[in-house]
Amino acid sequence: MIAAFFFYLLSAVAVASGVMVIASRNPVHSVLFLILAFFNAAGLFILLGAEFLAMILVVVYVGAVAVLFLFVVMMLDVDFTQLRQGMATYLPVGATIGLILLVELVLVLGTWNITPGAIKTISEPLGGVTNTQALGLILYTKYSYYFQAAGLVLLVAMIGAIVLTLRHKPYVRRQDIRAQVARNPATSIEIRKVQPGQGI
Amino acid sequence: MTIGLAHYLTVAAILFTIGIFGIFLNRKNVIVILMSIELMLLAVNINFVAFSAFLGDLIGQVFALFVLTVAAGEAAIGLAILVVYFRNRGSIAVEDINLMKG
Repeated sequence: MIAAFFFYLLSAVAVASGVMVIASRNPVHSVLFLILAFFNAAGLFILLGAEFLAMILVVVYVGAVAVLFLFVVMMLDVDFTQLRQGMATYLPVGATIGLILLVELVLVLGTWNITPGAIKTISEPLGGVTNTQALGLILYTKYSYYFQAAGLVLLVAMIGAIVLTLRHKPYVRRQDIRAQVARNPATSIEIRKVQPGQGI
Repeated sequence: MTIGLAHYLTVAAILFTIGIFGIFLNRKNVIVILMSIELMLLAVNINFVAFSAFLGDLIGQVFALFVLTVAAGEAAIGLAILVVYFRNRGSIAVEDINLMKG
């Protein structure tokens, strides 16, 4: 009963904030509603018994991705009201396609059930250990290559983001260590004979 | 009443549809399009975790973890491209992005 109440509460808030993400006028509000949607999805994950993924969702999405969105929205000096023009012309086709997709998904859900044979193909049953421990037991052993590949994806994303946004400003004076080390007295000291009563 | 697998799948389907709808609704605003893609990936993750919980198989959660990784990388790269584009053109309107149209 409690679980049903929380399911309906969390999913209602998640769907409502999802609607607000795409409908709100200010992109900052969109990002904040996206954060709310992620929090509620994390609550749904906890209801499903996936505590580790719920915490990862909060840490990765709310802590990193949503804040990244917030930074970019605030950094770009864009007239967002101008970007919202023409929304009414896109509304009918978008609503049609969304409605068709939703009807399709509901039709799939209505006639769908798990075949009894599918239960026999389960390779990693949920054991008696906690969710985090069970994930760690298979993630670092059986799926270690996939785990490394995920790390590689993150590395490539990080390097790509740095390479894309890094720029060298020509007017900034930087330390040139090679030139400093290559100096010798002949190139750096100039001796002049100064006559009395005259400047250099 | 008990909450079954179909309840979670319905929530995920609604969230996915909201994501698709958001892409069509905000066709000029790349930031909101990226947020809609994040919503769709979230819906996919809810599907994975729901199947994992109700079938008793942990692989769904492992795959959801990888989806999360790719989503984080995609958001970082997408926003970096957006920042570079804004620096070069001074606008992020989608219809201005037609340099390679030929």
